[in-house]
Amino acid sequence: MSGPFSAIVAGLRHVGKMTIDGVWRLGFVTRFLFAVLLASGQSLTRIHLTIRELYFSGVLSLLIITVSGLFVGLVLGLQGYDILQRYGSADAVGVMVALSLLRELGPVIAALLFASRAGSAITAEIGLMKTTEQLKAMDMMAVNPIARVVAPRFWGGVLSMPLLAALFSAMGVFGGWLITVVVIGVDDGAFWSQMQAAVEFDYDVLNGVIKSLVFGTVVSLIAVFEGYDCEPTAEGVSRAITRTVVTSALAILALDFVLTSFMFRG
Amino acid sequence: MEFVATAAERDAPLVSLRDVRFAYGERPVLRGIDLSVHRGQVVAIMGGSGCGKTTLLRLIGGQLKASAGTVEVDGRDVGGLGRAELYAMRRRMGMLFQFGALFTDMSVFDNVAFPLREHTDLPPSMISDLVLMKLQAVGLRGAASLRPGELSGGMARRVALARAVALDPMLILYDEPFAGLDPISLGIIGQLIRRLNDALGASSVMVTHDVHESLEIVDYIYFVSEGRIVAQGTPGEIRASADPFVHQFVNAEADGPVPFHYPAPSIGSLLGAGAA
Ligand SMILES: Nc1ncnc2c1ncn2[C@@H]1O[C@H](COP(=O)(O)OP(=O)(O)OP(=O)(O)O)[C@@H](O)[C@H]1O
Ligand SMILES: [Mg+2]
Repeated sequence: MSGPFSAIVAGLRHVGKMTIDGVWRLGFVTRFLFAVLLASGQSLTRIHLTIRELYFSGVLSLLIITVSGLFVGLVLGLQGYDILQRYGSADAVGVMVALSLLRELGPVIAALLFASRAGSAITAEIGLMKTTEQLKAMDMMAVNPIARVVAPRFWGGVLSMPLLAALFSAMGVFGGWLITVVVIGVDDGAFWSQMQAAVEFDYDVLNGVIKSLVFGTVVSLIAVFEGYDCEPTAEGVSRAITRTVVTSALAILALDFVLTSFMFRG
Repeated sequence: MEFVATAAERDAPLVSLRDVRFAYGERPVLRGIDLSVHRGQVVAIMGGSGCGKTTLLRLIGGQLKASAGTVEVDGRDVGGLGRAELYAMRRRMGMLFQFGALFTDMSVFDNVAFPLREHTDLPPSMISDLVLMKLQAVGLRGAASLRPGELSGGMARRVALARAVALDPMLILYDEPFAGLDPISLGIIGQLIRRLNDALGASSVMVTHDVHESLEIVDYIYFVSEGRIVAQGTPGEIRASADPFVHQFVNAEADGPVPFHYPAPSIGSLLGAGAA
């Protein structure tokens, strides 16, 4: 066989192999998730382990989340004002800023930032512990590394994500207020009262929180899995970190579409 | 009860491997190993790089399962243990890893305290006393607050040693305790291994390729080559041995039964193929 035909066959083979590998990997991740859940008892009984990870993934992401939230809010305020004032409803800019943040931008951007700030750090840390045989040493000391190392990091990430998304949204609303009310001169009372009237807790806020919980779970799972599964070499760890960031970003955006289509169909 | 051992049990070896085989995928590494470690002994397993020494220790520690043969520790078949039983057994084992494997996010003190905190309910003051005693035994009490990154290779090895014996194990496994050490540290580690073994009433298995240091401190030596035990004996017997393998190893000769090269097609055929 030769010519274009064999190239097509080779291409199809490649696609097939990637699909099969992907399905296998998904299976591994699922089994890993169950192993983590089964070994999660210690994360509760020795809560300081989880709190420590909550600190590392949550508190250390505070700066980037705060600053990014503020800037996103500023931009939303500018764009929102520009569009809404054409229709003479510049007062509604508060509603627009708040709803875009609570429903979409808060959970999604906070999760993307969380994946690149905390997710990559978790993968790197677990990967290096594997590479330097610290996980094996722990296992030889009759301490289960999934319970002692993986589960607390997983739960730390799951718990910090909704808090970070909420902070992101709050900072964004503040940024939007700053640019439209303080700088441009939109009416302060209208900004807040319209927002209060339009934002529903059960619908907008709750669905946003659910989104950020889902993203937090997925990103944390990807981060701990890639670290635990990495090839124990320097290149292996660096590849795993890249995979964490890329896979998390794709998963967040795809899941956001799925969740939105279930949650917000008007 | 467990503590009242009969004479037969006391005399039975603590570790015994019978016809143990192991392969990574298709490549056989161990091809039928028989060895035993009696209680109180320090036993060395020697052989060239890549002959399967680390693999052998992993089999004893239950991190790998033999594809054939049995690995028994304290009368129990390690390969047949469930996770809980294996963990119960490992609490009575200490292992020194080839590269120390200290936890890099903890201080020296916390590293040594780790097994105590995980497996005992001792109050902090007691843990502190025990940790300082172990660090004193390896001469590093003054380094308790340092981070692993601030230690030299030899110091890290000694900290790892203190951590391995934190729970007063019945069996201590050492993977290359001498690799990369200067002659003085090497002597210190050697003496420590012997002293700790005798003080704890433990047994030790030491994997190494340092013949001279081992001959000084061990009770028995096995030589491994090509996945088999090729020679064994007490240090006296080994020194007097006429076996060509032992002779090559003890005198560090490049030529002899131990090949220098990893198995490969002859270099002539490769060079020839390149020219063709
Ligand atoms: N995880 C693995 N997967 C595949 N092959 C392996 C693996 N670990 C070791 N090997 C192979 O098994 C053989 C024995 O390895 P092992 O680590 O037991 O050697 P060793 O005697 O400890 O060597 P050294 O003295 O260099 O530490 C080596 O040839 C190595 O290539
Ligand atoms: Mg080795």
